[in-house]
Amino acid sequence: MKESVGTTGLILNESLLWEKGKKGRCGFSLPRRDVESCPLDQELTGKGPDFPDLSEVDVVRHYTRLSQWNFGVDTGMYPLGSCTMKYSPKTNGRQASLPGFATAHPLLPASLSQGALKMMFELEQYLAEITGMDATTLQPAAGAHGELTGILLIYAFHKKKGAQRSKIIVPDTAHGTNPASVALCGYRPVLVRSNKQGILSVEAVAEVMDEDTAGIMVTNPNTLGLFEENSQKIAEIVHAKGGLVYCDGANMNAVMGIVQMGKIGVDVMHLNLHKTFSTPHGGGGPGSGPVCVKSELEPFLPVPRVIEENGRYVLAEDYPESVGKVAAFHGSFGVMIKAYSYIRTMGPKNLKKASQLAVLNANYIKERLKGTLHLAYDRPCMHECVFSDEHQKAGKVTTLDMAKRLMDYGFHPPTVYFPLVVDGAIMVEPTETESKEEIDQFIEAFKAIVNEARQDPDRLHDAPKRCKVKRLDEVAAARKPCLAG
Amino acid sequence: MLYLPHTSEDIASMLQVVGVDDLDGLFSIVPEDCRCKGDLNLPEQLSEWELNDHMEALSHSMAVSPEYRVFAGAGSYEHFIPASVSYLLGRSEFVTSYTPYQPEMSQGTLQAIYEYQTLAARLLGMEIATASHYDGATALAESLLMAIRVTRRKKVATSSLIHPLYRQVVKTYFEPTGYEVVELGYLKNGVTDLAELDDMDDLAAVAVQSPNFFGCIENLQAVGEKAHDKEALFIASFTEALAYGLLKNPGSQGGDIACGEGQSLGIPRSFGGPALGMLASTKKFMRSLPGRLVGQTKDLDGKRGFVLTLATREQHIRREKATSNICTNNSLCALAAAMYMASVGGTGIRELARLNHDKAEYLKKELKKAGFTITFDSPTFNEFVVEFPDGFEATYERLLEKKIVPGISLAPYYPELANHYLLCVTETMSRDDMDALVREVKS
Amino acid sequence: MKEISELNLPDDIRYAEDHEWARLEGDKLRVGLDDYAQDQLGDIVFVELPQVGDTFKQGQEFATVESVKAVCECYLPVGGQIIAVNTALEESPELVNKSPYGDGWFVEVNPSDLSEMDALMTNEACLEKLKGAE
Repeated sequence: MKESVGTTGLILNESLLWEKGKKGRCGFSLPRRDVESCPLDQELTGKGPDFPDLSEVDVVRHYTRLSQWNFGVDTGMYPLGSCTMKYSPKTNGRQASLPGFATAHPLLPASLSQGALKMMFELEQYLAEITGMDATTLQPAAGAHGELTGILLIYAFHKKKGAQRSKIIVPDTAHGTNPASVALCGYRPVLVRSNKQGILSVEAVAEVMDEDTAGIMVTNPNTLGLFEENSQKIAEIVHAKGGLVYCDGANMNAVMGIVQMGKIGVDVMHLNLHKTFSTPHGGGGPGSGPVCVKSELEPFLPVPRVIEENGRYVLAEDYPESVGKVAAFHGSFGVMIKAYSYIRTMGPKNLKKASQLAVLNANYIKERLKGTLHLAYDRPCMHECVFSDEHQKAGKVTTLDMAKRLMDYGFHPPTVYFPLVVDGAIMVEPTETESKEEIDQFIEAFKAIVNEARQDPDRLHDAPKRCKVKRLDEVAAARKPCLAG
Repeated sequence: MLYLPHTSEDIASMLQVVGVDDLDGLFSIVPEDCRCKGDLNLPEQLSEWELNDHMEALSHSMAVSPEYRVFAGAGSYEHFIPASVSYLLGRSEFVTSYTPYQPEMSQGTLQAIYEYQTLAARLLGMEIATASHYDGATALAESLLMAIRVTRRKKVATSSLIHPLYRQVVKTYFEPTGYEVVELGYLKNGVTDLAELDDMDDLAAVAVQSPNFFGCIENLQAVGEKAHDKEALFIASFTEALAYGLLKNPGSQGGDIACGEGQSLGIPRSFGGPALGMLASTKKFMRSLPGRLVGQTKDLDGKRGFVLTLATREQHIRREKATSNICTNNSLCALAAAMYMASVGGTGIRELARLNHDKAEYLKKELKKAGFTITFDSPTFNEFVVEFPDGFEATYERLLEKKIVPGISLAPYYPELANHYLLCVTETMSRDDMDALVREVKS
Repeated sequence: MKEISELNLPDDIRYAEDHEWARLEGDKLRVGLDDYAQDQLGDIVFVELPQVGDTFKQGQEFATVESVKAVCECYLPVGGQIIAVNTALEESPELVNKSPYGDGWFVEVNPSDLSEMDALMTNEACLEKLKGAE
């Protein structure tokens, strides 16, 4: 095995912001006062917030040190299943920070914002093409927000038909956001279990689908990294009873240029630009969750919509059947630019290749680790594969222990304990931007850890040892919450 | 391709391990009739340099400062952002990490968000704040739903002077729920008509924005008293977070929940997003909050550390019974806000807020001198409403050609206010800029 | 987690399917969560209890128990009105782990129909059921 990348460096301690600084310092160049003072009525003014006063140097050191306690994709492999932690190309960030985009006011007249509108118009079309759908809204600010928007569209569709329905089918492998989004729209989620192969069977759906069911929400490829092979037949069953098919496109990175969901019966789906289209995850956001629909749902899309009129772009509000708005303005515009740039620099061939290589990387890991770790479903996977701690349990080593030990080897752990259908799940999604060497090193690290689990389980129980902190007391944090200093 | 590291040898040897002949073979599990025929119909790839040219051309068509003087606020404000904030925010350890599910490897994000929560709570005078939401509008919608959960009532009252686009978002969120939203009208002086509350019962919440959409400062204490008389929660909404550098904060006025937009705190306008939804409350409602929370704890050695906490409220555990479907927060935007608040500091934010107020007062005074009517006489922060004469549309177009955007028209949102414009002045406008605006609208 | 043989299942109480227990004390019932459930949940961090005066039917949800990463809903084993709640759990939810049948009790109930007790299991039946599920 090559030398492990995990090591210890000099990590500096850093106090909390308000434990630093001195009254009277300022890290901000206050603008010149060129108007006279005009005090507000004292009845209206308060004392001002109790912020620390810090110099620019104080602030820069503070955040530089904090950043060094963090691990990102730019630091190393981050195989967090279902999150698609692919490399974020730097040119995309450059484009988003062009002053014309970064400082534009969202309510500028259309005549003064043609560039932004054209970009949005084109991005909508690209996403519709990639998904095989007819129209797109870019307004939702994240995946779960896209789900909410999609379910609102389904609600509006049934309402217009004159007969609202009460349920939506959600498989047991779904992300928690799916049932939560369904519930937010007043629907009751109906659980359907995946079969022994880890996918939905036609029969299971047929059994629960009825005329009081508004539709089904399917993640495809699903959270086990498996392609829902029966999706077309399932769509037929749902459509026959007047329901709609929602596809959670969180895992679209596996099938760009390979499957167009619109062609296999999907009526509405969301994409995560921060997953499939490489925009950085930012420590948990901002994301962007565009929703693509078939033409029958287009009248319900949020407003305003970007349309083209004689080569000019305008924001159109006149859609009486629209669900309204899901964000104050146009959504995560800055994120859209990055995704747009990604699509333009990749082109159709490389997008497809990205999916192929993402699937290749995952299958390669699956094959090489399946003798070491228990593989939940031994069949060809898509972009991710799911193992478990089945073989380690007897030695009192858990998924969590192995995940923590991976940190000492210099890797971010995979997603653990999800999906819920696999006990002690370890969900690995390498993405296409990891090279064979990197993946080989990850595999070797995991093998070494499993070896340690047999020979010296306490080394795992005590892990991680090389991070800024050791394992943290989450029980104490939840029993006596301390949420502000 | 730059971002695809595989050589053909790599691919061949990996395929061999997997046991398929070629890349297409990896998809044998996808039924034949599900697979695309032919290539995606997308433009051919651009080189990095071609992309630069293309994007610069697009961005140049946008009307932005310093070329343009944009006197528009309405929920999106131009404020100076120190280079240090942009620089620190670009650190890729922050940018390319994900939700801090593994705290030992994410202490940077976690401490920074804990600090954000603290500074946000201090700014708003509340006990706790969440790790952030998508934007001010969705934070308001989530706050109203939270009040409905807490009080188990099904009706909320919202001021008609809450940002009209926020109210549209609330309407969209509420449509399938069956919950009712009643709107409170406004008085001649540009503040919410609270007397309308007298005849209302069974309210879960009363929501009022201050400074309101007309820029006027509301009497939050009076709102709080009225709301609490009805045993409803008082939700204080806002679009201009900087105002609380100077004004009495919502917490001191009896606010149960404060929610709004934090874009002013160091986040570029970026055509409206990504933004920063801020949401804060009293401790009493801690377990009903939507969205992520970071809490302080200790590690095995007793060293201070931070974790995501109270996760049982959230969708990944409670699924359909969660307090919200929200998964992500706008972490990087919250981080920008924390860096900005730390840079400006307690002394700085007060002076900066004063400057915003004083500059807006200057423009108000000059417009009055020039013969225009300032519609509402309530005190304002950095925005206010002006009535221009009939036929101002032509002047507006002429000003656009002169690279001045003289605010936004209120007519689309308040049809009774034809010829009324909402103008905003921040510290970024000089006296000369304002004098030029007055000169141009007068001529 | 405990082996089934290690579980503490006293014989002076009755057990519900979802692992709530009920103990008759005079004419009122004391209710809590059994050893198996507290052990499965692990460190309990929060217990949400009803208010005194609330009434529930048998099998209705009356409380929730939270560990760091799980939520468990509790169903009242015998219908009736809540006459007392264990306020000590607000500050010390760990009592449910430490003393599930003693200081970790949840509520006291004025039962509307005591014969509903008959539907509950004895400790032996509860143990058999757990063995069967293994």
